[in-house]
Amino acid sequence: MKFIIITYISALITLTLFLSQDKALEESIKRGADIYSDFCVTCHLPNGKGVEKTFPPLAKSDYLLKNREESIRGIKFGQQGEIVVNGITYNNTMPAMGLDDEEIADVMNYILNSWGNKGKDFVTPEEVSKIQKK
Amino acid sequence: MKNSISFLVLVLLGLNLSCAQQGENEVSTPDKITFTPQLIIDDLPIAWGMAFLPDGSILITEKSGDLIRFKDGNKSIINNSPTIYNRGQGGLLDIAIDPDYKNNGWIYISYSSEEGEDKGGNTAIMRAKLNGNSLTNNEVLYKASPNSTKGQHFGSRIEFDNDGYLYFSIGDRGDRDVNPQDITKDGGKVYRINRDGSIPSDNPFVNSEGAKTAIYSYGHRNPQGMVKNPYTGDIWTNEHGPQGGDEINIVGKGKNYGWPVITYGINYSGTPITDQTKKKGMEDPLHYWVPSIAPSGMTFVTSDKYPSWKGSLLIGSLKFQYLERLELKNNKVVYREKLMPDLGRIRDVKQAPDGFIYVSVEGKGIYKLVPKI
Ligand code: HEC
Repeated sequence: MKFIIITYISALITLTLFLSQDKALEESIKRGADIYSDFCVTCHLPNGKGVEKTFPPLAKSDYLLKNREESIRGIKFGQQGEIVVNGITYNNTMPAMGLDDEEIADVMNYILNSWGNKGKDFVTPEEVSKIQKK
Repeated sequence: MKNSISFLVLVLLGLNLSCAQQGENEVSTPDKITFTPQLIIDDLPIAWGMAFLPDGSILITEKSGDLIRFKDGNKSIINNSPTIYNRGQGGLLDIAIDPDYKNNGWIYISYSSEEGEDKGGNTAIMRAKLNGNSLTNNEVLYKASPNSTKGQHFGSRIEFDNDGYLYFSIGDRGDRDVNPQDITKDGGKVYRINRDGSIPSDNPFVNSEGAKTAIYSYGHRNPQGMVKNPYTGDIWTNEHGPQGGDEINIVGKGKNYGWPVITYGINYSGTPITDQTKKKGMEDPLHYWVPSIAPSGMTFVTSDKYPSWKGSLLIGSLKFQYLERLELKNNKVVYREKLMPDLGRIRDVKQAPDGFIYVSVEGKGIYKLVPKI
């Protein structure tokens, strides 16, 4: 009996943690959508497809999905030089946009969970704050 | 059958609509390239503006905040340049020298600034003098308010007319339903001030209750090109539309250019903003682009270095990454040509006092267009 209660309670706790994380993610994504339409949409477009050879896609971007740290660094400090996204080479400039760590986490969560993208873990402001300029 | 007829009608209608402006929207590729773009200043991420000093040096505003002087082949950073609010499209923006620079030494700079109580920033205009490697006598001539944390539409370009008035532009700061149509608010305007920052007594809204009296014209979205037409003395601007609906306008005293009530553009999401492109009391553009080219920078070619271009207008395209040459006849665009394709986003273009055209390309630097002989 004791065992069952303990299991039950721990299950409940895990579930609540899970749910509140989900809720936090959902809200972060929502804020991220606003950041996206303010700061990113002119180049990467509403559908995240970008403009071939000029602005790389975020929708189903292998670069974004495989290089989480580099992607955050690019949004935080700007990104310049040659990169390959879905087999196409881009050699262009993305300026630093002056977003704070929380805004960057939000917009990352939005782009990692839109247009069919499925991000693994939730990006937090702490994770963003640790990423330094190279 | 009925269905296919209505389908046909729709298709025909669509064709009609898309043909309506075809002449203007078709950009031609020249048969012969008459110049070589020569990269004279490299390694500049976003050279937003440039000004040419009498001693042959070039002042360059780097969006991220550095003011750079290029002299005798070397770049140096000028100290004491304005502190910028680095956010979205904001930064260190345009730069211009006084029409009487030789005598008074004034330099004018537009930038996004955090000055003021509220959070965020807005566009400011400063004047200063260059003393050695530093700016001195810095004076803020105008600071738009309130501040906003939005990243969009700071403008901004600076130009002077033949009477020596200073014009500058500020975009709608991402608040299109609040700012552009309200003359008591900053944003979405072209402004006219005296070069010491005072307001000309014959500005259009000096007697309007609560108005920002520096306003010269309103209803703009985000003008990032401005030049005096050297043939007529008028101030010309180009401005970004939303998706479609970029415009060229000749700014007129007290006039309303219609944003967001009339536009040829639509929302980025594809939904309409308005179905109106004309309205009484609002100005039609001299030219509009659908789709948008995202225009930035603007200059008239008057020099003898490029004989076949004389009288043309040059405008940078950020989106399609080329330099557009427009031929004009009676204030109508009659021909458009695509130059310098695929080098990068073109941010600024100027005919310098030496008669040559200089073009700033993002991620590259500044090119001089050298005519082929
Ligand atoms: C001025 C245009 C512009 C804006 C605005 C912009 N980007 Fe970019 N972005 C680019 C360009 C250009 C590159 C590629 C840079 C290179 O060639 O090195 C890029 C690359 C990226 C990449 C990595 C490549 C990829 O496609 O996965 C990510 C992620 C990204 N941007 C996200 C964002 C986010 C999020 C925002 C808004 C906060 C944003 N960008 C705003 C132009 C822009």
